[in-house]
Amino acid sequence: MELVNAQIDKQKEYLTQLDQAIGDGDHGINMTRGFKEVIQKIHQTTYDDIGKLFQDVGMVLVSKVGGASGPLYGTAFIKAGQVLKGKPEITINELGQAFQESVNGIKLRGKSQIGDKTMLDVWEPVTKYIQQNGNTLNIRELISYAREQMEHTKELEAKKGRASFLGKRSIGHLDPGAVSSCILFETLCSILLEENLTKE
Amino acid sequence: MEYVGIVLVSHSHELVKGLKQLLSQLNPHVPIALAGGTDEVEIGTSVDKIQNAIQSVYSDKGVVVFFDLGSALINTELALERLAEDNITKVHIADAPLVEGAYVAVVESGCGSNLEKVINVTTEAKSLTKI
Repeated sequence: MELVNAQIDKQKEYLTQLDQAIGDGDHGINMTRGFKEVIQKIHQTTYDDIGKLFQDVGMVLVSKVGGASGPLYGTAFIKAGQVLKGKPEITINELGQAFQESVNGIKLRGKSQIGDKTMLDVWEPVTKYIQQNGNTLNIRELISYAREQMEHTKELEAKKGRASFLGKRSIGHLDPGAVSSCILFETLCSILLEENLTKE
Repeated sequence: MEYVGIVLVSHSHELVKGLKQLLSQLNPHVPIALAGGTDEVEIGTSVDKIQNAIQSVYSDKGVVVFFDLGSALINTELALERLAEDNITKVHIADAPLVEGAYVAVVESGCGSNLEKVINVTTEAKSLTKI
């Protein structure tokens, strides 16, 4: 699997899935609102530049989500968009570089570190995993790796966001940002798998 | 403007609306702008609202922004980055409790103090003992 499909229809599908997948709590409502707006926005344009697509997605999320996930996800997409600017299709390696920028952006914006029980606990290891494996990346293994990272947030004590007010009582619960991040990566993976199958 | 501007950022529109009423009684001349809730006035914060609020009370005297919780800070920082692109840079985010911090800031700003002085009293408000 070398190339990521740049077709906007596929992107729409993955965003819609993400939109539908999370349905409760503040985070769910916020993310649903954000991605609904995203879909409206990207419906209006035809994209042949993945960077521009990511940029637009990020801008909408920043202004429409309402909770911390808006600026954090927004920053992640905008930063990745800067790396992917002008590219009609991208390789796994380029995706890894783009996500590295996303991770840097999330850290800077949220002043968070790995282990704080946030979305970063999925984003950072998954990005590293993509970078380490490059073109030999096994998509199914990546999915289970992302899930493992998500599950791992259950054991952590929240250091950031509103969950941090709960302190030790936050242990035993999955971090919603980690869950939505995992959904995002899983959906991306499912598109990559589908793409692989149609090529064979 | 003769006064340092005050911006109140909260997840709740009603919360800062009430706070503004309280503060305006102290000094009706100090410009106070609100950014409460999302664009749809639901619970949450909006980077556009924050940006507009800062602009509406901005002058050479500068602006101090107070916020309630988490994402309010993240969105305020984003708004500040955007404003800096338009050379609006005399804006300070107060590391202080929303009510007490804004209260002392309005008093200090109302005395005609400069940005630095207003920032100092808001920082002091952080260690204010209530009982």
